[in-house]
Amino acid sequence: MDDEAPARSRMHDVLADCAQELSLEIAGDVASGRAALELLERVPCDVVLLDVRMPEMDGIELAHHLLKLDRPPAVIFATAYDVYALKAFEVNAVDYLLKPIRAARLKEALARVRTARPPRPETLRELQRVPRAHLSVQERGKIELIPIVDVVYLKAELKYLTVRTVKGEHLIEESLARLEEEYAERFVRVHRNCLVARAAIRGFERTAKDGETHWVVLLSGIEEKLPVSRRQQHVVREFSR
Amino acid sequence: MARSINQNAYSGALPNFRNLGIALRIVVIVNVMALAAAIVQAKDLRLLWSVLLESSAIVQPLLILSLFALVALNDLLKRLPYYLGVLAVLAIELVLTTLLYTFGQPLLDADPAPLTRYWVLVALATGTLLLYFDLRGRALSPAFTEARLQALQARIRPHFLFNSINAVLSLIRQNPKRAEGALEDMADLFRVLMADNRSLSSLAREVNLCRQYLELEQLRLGDRLQVEWHIDNMPADALVPPLVLQPLLENAVYHGIEPRVEPGVVSINVYSARGQVHAVLRNPYRQEGDHHAGNKMALANIRERLQLHFDAEATLDTRIGDDTYQVHIAMPYVKGSDS
Repeated sequence: MDDEAPARSRMHDVLADCAQELSLEIAGDVASGRAALELLERVPCDVVLLDVRMPEMDGIELAHHLLKLDRPPAVIFATAYDVYALKAFEVNAVDYLLKPIRAARLKEALARVRTARPPRPETLRELQRVPRAHLSVQERGKIELIPIVDVVYLKAELKYLTVRTVKGEHLIEESLARLEEEYAERFVRVHRNCLVARAAIRGFERTAKDGETHWVVLLSGIEEKLPVSRRQQHVVREFSR
Repeated sequence: MARSINQNAYSGALPNFRNLGIALRIVVIVNVMALAAAIVQAKDLRLLWSVLLESSAIVQPLLILSLFALVALNDLLKRLPYYLGVLAVLAIELVLTTLLYTFGQPLLDADPAPLTRYWVLVALATGTLLLYFDLRGRALSPAFTEARLQALQARIRPHFLFNSINAVLSLIRQNPKRAEGALEDMADLFRVLMADNRSLSSLAREVNLCRQYLELEQLRLGDRLQVEWHIDNMPADALVPPLVLQPLLENAVYHGIEPRVEPGVVSINVYSARGQVHAVLRNPYRQEGDHHAGNKMALANIRERLQLHFDAEATLDTRIGDDTYQVHIAMPYVKGSDS
């Protein structure tokens, strides 16, 4: 997958060269992360070739979401010139190809794939330099992408995490602490179990409950009010400034 | 206007006295010197004003006369070797001082100091100014900034180079004709990128370079990159620093087009107005952009080169609109004889 058409057509050419020696079948090529997910839901594959730098969703983020598939594929990254990515690949022993791609190198990488497994989430987290643009969740056999800009709040509940958007709710399996770290600029912690999008905060209100008064967050787009814990009351002051 | 700033092994050069920035600097520095002298002379700070006025009676006319003389003789002085040029400027100043001393008696005190005293003062002031301009020239000389420039060029270009090679490779089997054209464009582009880019080049050449660059980018990005040219009123013969627009377009593509899925427009508007050449580049802009360091470096580089060539007469402004990013360059319209 690559967002640039010539790069995809070149990959086809090189793969055709490899096909003479390796038995391989090309499931298709796509220009965006979303399209890649759709294709892989329909046609499970053993390996995907991913360009790193792409609009909307970079290759590393896509690799994250691919892990949610029933049969996650092995991943080979491709990049033209990206000092940071290359360093990260070396450090984490991730297979990658340099563009322009040579048939010989591709053949080697594909031969190794037969024994390779999908990347581990920890490795991908290491590689991720910018926060992911989406959260993903498997619902009814499909991978649902939730753009992070749509998220109003994240709330930890027992094993799962509720992702609340204006349109609805999703349950994902991720750690609240890790998300807080990843999206430090976007979200603010109002409670031990809750992160709220700064942009969605409309204001604060004092309410009384069981004879005790405490602050709640008013959100734009949804009626629900979220309690602010005593420990996080400084947030109210920061926002009222 | 100096056509070239060949100062690889910097050997000193007189400043361009026709440049507004240079003239302003002379006026400010001379007046600061006069003020300093007045502070030293005045026994009481309350007397400062009257001492300053007294000295101004000779300083200001001399300053104005000198500026006119230097502007008039600028081309002649430029042609002399540096040390002869310095001597000539000193001579001009001393002659002007003598003339003013002889014919301007009414301006001076009833009891003027001897002429030799004025000579020494004028020679000191002129020497200081020339030394300042020499040091400034050295500090701004390309030899000094070259290392930085190179480090900067290595930042963005590899990305473009490898992606373009990849795009050309993809064409070789299916469309050899287009691949040929693309390689020719690349050769032209890299010839300029690797050339000695210290002399000014024509605007027409720069615009042509930009076209070749954008064609290569279009090869890879297809419809995602849309280009609007508004160059009907472009002064094609104007002299501009080479590679003043192309790096900005590279930024526009890298930050404005590549991070988007949907097509975006890069617009280039070049025109002349009131003796100035204006270039306005616009590209789509999204708020949550990453790599901004690279962009700032390229801008700083271009700003520095503009300053080196045109001093205070050139400006570079950037503006972030609703969802566009705009760079506006204004520089003096210097006509080139060849183009």
